[in-house]
Amino acid sequence: MSRRKLKRKELESFLQDVDVFEKPKVLLEQYPTTPHIAACMLHTIDTQYNQLEDKAVVDLGVGCGVLSIGAAMLGCGSVTGFDIDEDALATCAENIEEFEIENIDLIQIDICSLLQNCGKFYKKFDVAIMNPPFGTKHNSGIDVQFLQVGLSLTTEAVYSLHKTSTREFLKKKAEEWNAEFEVIAELRFNLAKTLKFHKKDTVDIENTNPAHVQTDICHITI
Amino acid sequence: MKLLTHNMLSSNFVKGVTKGFPLKIMASKIEEKEVDFNPEFISRMIAKLDWPALYTAAGDIKKAEGLPETITENYESNEDFLKIAHNLLLQVEIIEGDLICPETGRKFPITNGIPNMLLHEDEVTGDK
Repeated sequence: MSRRKLKRKELESFLQDVDVFEKPKVLLEQYPTTPHIAACMLHTIDTQYNQLEDKAVVDLGVGCGVLSIGAAMLGCGSVTGFDIDEDALATCAENIEEFEIENIDLIQIDICSLLQNCGKFYKKFDVAIMNPPFGTKHNSGIDVQFLQVGLSLTTEAVYSLHKTSTREFLKKKAEEWNAEFEVIAELRFNLAKTLKFHKKDTVDIENTNPAHVQTDICHITI
Repeated sequence: MKLLTHNMLSSNFVKGVTKGFPLKIMASKIEEKEVDFNPEFISRMIAKLDWPALYTAAGDIKKAEGLPETITENYESNEDFLKIAHNLLLQVEIIEGDLICPETGRKFPITNGIPNMLLHEDEVTGDK
């Protein structure tokens, strides 16, 4: 990659080529981060906060890798992607190879197992980026757990995507942790195109208006 | 898996393990990738890393030749040292092999460059 900074639109157009989950798992809430949201999020982190270039970045719930690949394209020093799911990691590894990016490393790990004690990962990264599970599929609170792990792994900031409807709740959580919580952008997240929620007639679903979820890009620091 | 990642991995979350670090590396396939040299980034990472564990890991995969056992003084301005560290931390990749817990001998397989740190249910610490 040349050092010339990619514009947001250019980044978004590159990220269109990141393959997404072949068979998204409902229980793991594998909603792919759309290229648009990924590009908005990363471009903001880069231009407004200057927290990607030369940084050690961790991507919690890396999935197919759209955030990690985008972060690498914007010049971060290294990216480490954590995910529990073997299939997502396999797709992610293919994407990374396709993009010819050499500074992303992947680990298959249960992020929640790092909640009480993150061992040698403690404060090893500068910045965490994540699109955590929303915590609506019998895994209530997992979004908050991802944030907590993110804060213990990093020295500078956590950037995360959340449903706007959980904003007040997350603000309170951040207060409990003595963390600063700020919403840096509000976007619409198109879910219906990816997870079909067990409905039988997929044609019908494609013809209805996709369900949009109002999403916050959050910036959390301690 | 790069040695940068290895330097942060431990098996401390396995039941009965206190530290679980460093994990011993048994590699059956190693590759070297080309990553842009970024002296500022490498210097900052060295400050955060456990150098003795990196030295041991390099020995595990027979890459310790030329590597100082302790961090060189004023390494930030020592380009030769930073290049050695850059190669070891970012360019060398373990593609296939095992990571072995120093306390229990539990193996964590590395497949297609990805270490699998997932536990079976009976290995998870109950009190956490």
